[in-house]
Amino acid sequence: MSNLQVKPVTSETEKLMYDRAFLRELRHMVEDFNCDYADTLDRGEVEKWPDFFTDDGVYRLIARDNAESNLPLPLMYCDGKGMLKDRAYAIAHTEMFAPRYTMHQIAQVRILGFEDGIVSAQANYVLYETLIDEPTHLLQCGKYHDRFLLRGDRLLLKERNCIYDTLLIPTCIVFPP
Amino acid sequence: MSNTCRFIENGETRAESDLSDLVWPNDPAAIPDWVYTDRRVYDLEQERIFRGRTWNYIALEVEVPNPGDFIRSYIGDMPIVVVRGQDGAINAFENRCAHRGVEFCKTYRGSAKQFVCPYHQWTYDLTGKLKSVPFRRGVQGQGGMPPDFKLEDHSLRRLSVTTRRGAIFASCADDMESLEDYLGPDMLDQYDTMFDGRPLKLLGIHRNVIPGNWKLYQENLKDPYHATLLHTYLTTFGLFVAGNKTLIVADEKGRHSSLCSRRPEGRLESDSNTSQIGSFHATMKLADPRVLELIKESDSPWNSNAITIWPNLIAIRQSNIFSIRHIVPMGPDEFMLIWVNFGFADDTPEMEAHRLRQNNIFGPGGFIGIDDNEAIKFVNDGLQRSQPRPGVVSLGRDDEPPETVITDRAIRGMYRHYREAMGL
Repeated sequence: MSNLQVKPVTSETEKLMYDRAFLRELRHMVEDFNCDYADTLDRGEVEKWPDFFTDDGVYRLIARDNAESNLPLPLMYCDGKGMLKDRAYAIAHTEMFAPRYTMHQIAQVRILGFEDGIVSAQANYVLYETLIDEPTHLLQCGKYHDRFLLRGDRLLLKERNCIYDTLLIPTCIVFPP
Repeated sequence: MSNTCRFIENGETRAESDLSDLVWPNDPAAIPDWVYTDRRVYDLEQERIFRGRTWNYIALEVEVPNPGDFIRSYIGDMPIVVVRGQDGAINAFENRCAHRGVEFCKTYRGSAKQFVCPYHQWTYDLTGKLKSVPFRRGVQGQGGMPPDFKLEDHSLRRLSVTTRRGAIFASCADDMESLEDYLGPDMLDQYDTMFDGRPLKLLGIHRNVIPGNWKLYQENLKDPYHATLLHTYLTTFGLFVAGNKTLIVADEKGRHSSLCSRRPEGRLESDSNTSQIGSFHATMKLADPRVLELIKESDSPWNSNAITIWPNLIAIRQSNIFSIRHIVPMGPDEFMLIWVNFGFADDTPEMEAHRLRQNNIFGPGGFIGIDDNEAIKFVNDGLQRSQPRPGVVSLGRDDEPPETVITDRAIRGMYRHYREAMGL
């Protein structure tokens, strides 16, 4: 690239470049976060799932039809770390369900904003489920609507709203999307 | 009512399949596999039960608050539309255009002045009456409907409708007894505990399919035996244990039933019945006990009523949860559940938030909702894959006191009525 000409940049362009680099870095951080989140759940370590949230973290799994009709009922709802831990405990120790693998695919991360240390982001998710002697099936597809707390170089979920398109749920949803 | 197109078949106009190979076992505590697996039995159920002399749950009034508001719903496996007419009355009719059979209503809910089939724009009013047919007289004197074509013969088939305290029921039969008589006094009392007269507020809806026969879901709610054995969450956190004050009531015919329970004050620390429940952990406490908090909101002696209304309604009141489960059969080995959850119009924001937190218990992602859905799938796996062998429902006695909980009495009662209604 010997003929590349490096033009002098104005301070305004420079600032824009820095902003873009910052947003890109945030996007990478959210992508890494989502990779860890998916990997932890897909390994079956549901009792580590609450660690992805702040102490006042909120988790909602809600049908798109409810969300768009202003009906507040979630399918799963955790309001704070206590409820997140209780949900994880119930899955790990009290619920009866057939053994299964889950596989998250999380894509199209977008950073929607950054204000007062809070990153607003969204992503698409697809969740596959595999039971013994059955073909792998699509359990859910939907969108994460997230608010992360940026603390040092670490993100924690202040809020994850999973809005799912897959309104007719096949049997049940055990592990949180 | 101007729309006179009705369901008149009620078993009279249909050829019957030969069911002579299906023999009910002599033992009244035995249930043959084929009631869960045979397509002929399934088809006969649609005709004799769901389209027969039954009141079927179809909607809550709060889902169609204003004239023109509608939802899609089902009676048995038949798609219907429920709409509030201009006069404020509720109408229900088949979701099937009288012309070519199109299922014309394709949205969960909405508001309309009329229903127009998208295929050829046949147009129906809010009672289901056919109002217009495009090109009825043809074009330039050519084509069109025959001269004797009458609009009134081609309306949507309309259902009988009744309501009580915010819930809507429909029947294909024209001459049904009142819902109150259909329920009988004891079950009416249970119903009124669930629908206590306060105006409802819709919180939201879950939908799921379960591989299994629809009757298994009715049976599950008539089966108190499983409650403390399958649902480890209930026993782990002391919400329901074998020592709770419990009652099972049913109507005279055995169609409807209610499992009522009162949970002990405070936390249950020890109980002689818990020794047989391997999952009981007297020391387990929720990190956030708000989920199981019981906020007093009625004078009912019961904290929990699990009501089954034949053939398609489960109505659950558990602590501060109010939840409908609408059973929609989808073939002998599959059914859909529509969970309609509500609170009340006068709920404070805090009470509504509490109900939403507590609703984690039920639904297809619920702490104990998951157990039931999985258990029914497991039953279906067994019925579909193995060699037929009658199921056993021999716990308890038919003449026992209603406080008896380790019993299959209500399941046996349901099948006595079932055999009579089905002629099996």
